[in-house]
Amino acid sequence: MSRTLEFAVWFLTALLQIGVVVCAIRAKSFLQFFPLNFYMLVASLFTIVRFMVLVKFGLASSQYFYFYYYSDALLTICLFFALMALFAHVFHEMGAETYIRIGAILVLGLISAVSYFVVRQAQDQMLTHFVAKLSQNLYFIGAVITYVLWAAVRKMHETRTQLIQLVLSLGVYFSAYAASWALAVIYPESSMWKFGPYIMSLWLPLAWGYTFLKIPEGARLATARVTAAAR
Amino acid sequence: MTTALIFVLSVVALLQFFISYCRSVIAATVTQPVSDQVREVTGIRDPEIDGAEFARLLQLARLCPESGKDRARIAAVRAYYRLLSVFRTISGRYIPGVVSWTERELSRCAHFAAIALDRRINYSRGLMAQQLSS
Repeated sequence: MSRTLEFAVWFLTALLQIGVVVCAIRAKSFLQFFPLNFYMLVASLFTIVRFMVLVKFGLASSQYFYFYYYSDALLTICLFFALMALFAHVFHEMGAETYIRIGAILVLGLISAVSYFVVRQAQDQMLTHFVAKLSQNLYFIGAVITYVLWAAVRKMHETRTQLIQLVLSLGVYFSAYAASWALAVIYPESSMWKFGPYIMSLWLPLAWGYTFLKIPEGARLATARVTAAAR
Repeated sequence: MTTALIFVLSVVALLQFFISYCRSVIAATVTQPVSDQVREVTGIRDPEIDGAEFARLLQLARLCPESGKDRARIAAVRAYYRLLSVFRTISGRYIPGVVSWTERELSRCAHFAAIALDRRINYSRGLMAQQLSS
């Protein structure tokens, strides 16, 4: 990918991320889906600051390297809590929000502990190895948890179209990230897999923005009509 | 080996999520009937629109001025249509049940395109009416 196109995608991503928040405010859904909007706000801020760090210090600089990994870990944690907020929405009627919050903190603690045990052998830059591993593990757990959430949505016959689309778009995002990571490990010399994160960075704000902008809060949809099974 | 397994599982999950997402986008339009004006313009008489009509319906929709409201939806459904076409070509020979399922899905995509065309015709008529009144 050429540098110009890369920068264009970068700016477009930041614009779309801000666009999601604007759409949510316009649809009066900002507070209802606050963790999702908070993630988009932080993501847009980090996208802009990352670009500034890149321009000032360069791609090969340690400043950019550290900022990239630390900001990515923070963003992944925010996205993890956004995912948990979707869980809370689905299980709202069962009054399980408190259990979900406790569960989320426990899962995050467990993933952090596992990440620490994996990288504790590293002699230098242990903290950087840790945040990179934590981020990677959270992506995988995110993919698994989104799949579990989608199963719960189907099982509980959830009909809120906004919620269904938010969950599905997050599922596309996490599974595409996991697939591009696996491709990067299988074919490390190929640059094909590098397109995945670029496309996905555009996908999530586009899909969420569309949901907030076009789907009315009261819209209903039977999950049986959207499941992919061949009948 | 583990990485290959992760890759396969991720791609399966990705396809499942993406197909369900596209179906959720289409689902809102499937309940709407195709208007008489669209049937007149396209010459489609059957109650269920053939999936093969999708490209022609989108071409007609492109001829109309767009309000910019349905561009993202059309792009998502077009991607879904292409995915289904590839899926039918690859797996249709080996799994006969897939063919009838993909035909049904392609027909839903065509129905979506017909509704999009209907909206654009109404939009262009509204524009024309505005110009005439001013």
